[in-house]
Amino acid sequence: MKRRDFLKGSLQSGAAVLTGGALAPVTAEARPNLQPKEDAIGMLFDSTLCVGCKACVAKCKQVNDMPPVTESEIRAWDEARDLSGDTLNVIKTYKNGDGSTKDAENNGFAFEKRSCMHCVDPGCVSVCPVTALTQHEKTGIVSYNPDACIGCRNCMAGCPYNVPQFQYDKPFGQIMKCQMCNQKGVERIDNGLLTGCSEVCPTGATLFGTRKALLAEAKRRMELKPGDTYTYPRGDVSNPGSYHDKRVPTYKQHIWGETEAGGTNVMHISAISFDKLGLPPLGERSACSVAEGVQHSLYSYLALPAVLMAGLSYVVKRNTDEEGEGS
Amino acid sequence: MSAHEKAGGRIFTLPFMILSVIAAIGVYFIIQRFVYGMGAVANINGGFPWGIWVVYDVVIGTGLACGGYALAFTVYVFNKGQYHPLVRPALLASLLGYALGGFGAFFDMGRWWQFYNIFLPWNWNFNSVMLEVGLCVALYIIVLIIEFSPAFLEKIGATGLLKALNKVLFLFIALGVVLPTMHQSSLGSLLIAMGYKVDPLWQTMQFQPLFAVVSALIMGFSIVIFEASLSHVRFGGKSETPLLGVLGKIAVGLMAVFVLVRLGVLAGQGKLGLMFAGDFSSAMFILEMALFIFPAFVLLSATKRHNGGALLIAAVSMLFAGSLYRFNAFLFTYNPGPGYSYFPSVPEIMVTLGIIAIEIMVYLIIVKTMPVLHRSEHA
Ligand code: SF4
Ligand code: SF4
Ligand code: SF4
Repeated sequence: MKRRDFLKGSLQSGAAVLTGGALAPVTAEARPNLQPKEDAIGMLFDSTLCVGCKACVAKCKQVNDMPPVTESEIRAWDEARDLSGDTLNVIKTYKNGDGSTKDAENNGFAFEKRSCMHCVDPGCVSVCPVTALTQHEKTGIVSYNPDACIGCRNCMAGCPYNVPQFQYDKPFGQIMKCQMCNQKGVERIDNGLLTGCSEVCPTGATLFGTRKALLAEAKRRMELKPGDTYTYPRGDVSNPGSYHDKRVPTYKQHIWGETEAGGTNVMHISAISFDKLGLPPLGERSACSVAEGVQHSLYSYLALPAVLMAGLSYVVKRNTDEEGEGS
Repeated sequence: MSAHEKAGGRIFTLPFMILSVIAAIGVYFIIQRFVYGMGAVANINGGFPWGIWVVYDVVIGTGLACGGYALAFTVYVFNKGQYHPLVRPALLASLLGYALGGFGAFFDMGRWWQFYNIFLPWNWNFNSVMLEVGLCVALYIIVLIIEFSPAFLEKIGATGLLKALNKVLFLFIALGVVLPTMHQSSLGSLLIAMGYKVDPLWQTMQFQPLFAVVSALIMGFSIVIFEASLSHVRFGGKSETPLLGVLGKIAVGLMAVFVLVRLGVLAGQGKLGLMFAGDFSSAMFILEMALFIFPAFVLLSATKRHNGGALLIAAVSMLFAGSLYRFNAFLFTYNPGPGYSYFPSVPEIMVTLGIIAIEIMVYLIIVKTMPVLHRSEHA
């Protein structure tokens, strides 16, 4: 009789702990998205200005001391089609129909830059078990430390933009990603320089600056009237090296990176919708903030596991003792 | 005196020889991977960082190794002493599955020579689900070794040590339930941060850990039923069918929970219609559901539950169901965006087959030389 009650009790409490564990992550409030840093620096890529010259790709390779990727015999320019262990910055082409008109969704073409977006709430940093990826407190730059990295490649899966790339072709490879030209040994930002790509961009399609100033510039461009002339800056948005006048295109009223998954410090604007340019289907919520919420509700101070362990030790001890010499 | 005995018999049988050839081919390609880099052997790429080595060897392999977890639950927690005969073989299979899962994680590690970084507290990122998985799996492998060690201690006749161990064994048995609950659910949580890349039919966000742990238990129970019915055929001995029937009953409950909650969550998230979309994902989803529901119906019938053949078929269906759930979520319907696709290379597949072959070989050797299987009544 007593034993039965006990069994029932232990069953019930066991079930209670398990249900509690299952419900904790469901009911817990996930942490909110991280917020943009006050002085975060970033870049603004305006697809309508990009002429596809790939000067930025070549400069990136030079700064980072990486070999060009070539497919054909003409070794005149870098032919990398996507990010890889050898390429941190790439220009992709959008083409539709006969591809005759620049910045037209139909029968048009456009260029799109792909490199680390330096997320405000970076998934790569959140998922890395050994803190090999970190976000700088002031600048918001996301950098990588190969000495800590174990190569689990969770950062690749956790990055909404498939940015971190592992060097699969090397026996002792590492993760490669854009570190905004500020990694050890390069430190262009710390030395008051711009990122390599924005320094060489002939059209100002890649613009350097603080996130704040770049966002203001992007919003300004959203307000322009198509067909008018606008004086576009080159280099650093707050201290442009030079300007050029150009007809204003019909911008899509969307600044990519203002809010997507918490926002990014590298933002894009374009005359073609971003899903066509290959940017991912992201909501405002960063997925890693939800994952962290689940993880912390289950493991804060290891409280739930400790309760489970205490309860189970008691039940198991009691049950094995009862079995006693019988087995 | 132990209630277990070694099965005996020749080790170098023909099947064993065939397995060793497969194992040798696998080992050959693992060596290639270390010499020339991962790209020389595997088809993983920028969009698919995790191929079958992670998804099969680690994510599914450890799920299939949850027999020890499922039985520890039944035997010690719910005090169903009569399942004791199944515990040791299940623990052995769990130990091997986890050990090889750990090995798989190691040779899949891009920077394996620094693997110890995950054990250094100053590196820990407590936001990372992967950290929990890594540490918890490592700890559980040690716990499994301790839980299984009585078989070895009996063999060498270390009675003193055995007695001492028995006094504290309850702690390790409890850990043997707590740790898998933790890391098996975390394996599911890994999917959350992947966001949109995980197909909407599998991206249940906060519910991921729940489905992962229930699928682990389903796979655990089914592997126990599967192995026990098989080794009964293979090595003879007392039939455990009545015991297995009860385990089957528990599995039915788990499958009901899995399927109903899954459908409920999808309905709640407004994604139920996607299962009728007629695309690849919806086909995989329906196949997966069928594999869960079919054995549940088989095992609902009391006569079938006590029929060895029906049990075996149900167990196999459950194994496929749990494995397919994980395959679908992590790989088959995983979509990192345009421009990326993945299909394992032949060498990559050979490595995984080699690992499975090694697992079976070691299992056979240990079962034949150590007191693992339950002593049969008329031996
Ligand atoms: S340098 Fe400027 S214009 Fe040239 S490809 Fe790069 S972003 Fe486009
Ligand atoms: S784009 Fe990817 S790699 Fe870059 S910060 Fe965001 S999550 Fe990290
Ligand atoms: S591959 Fe390296 S940097 Fe990326 S998550 Fe794993 S340990 Fe961190």
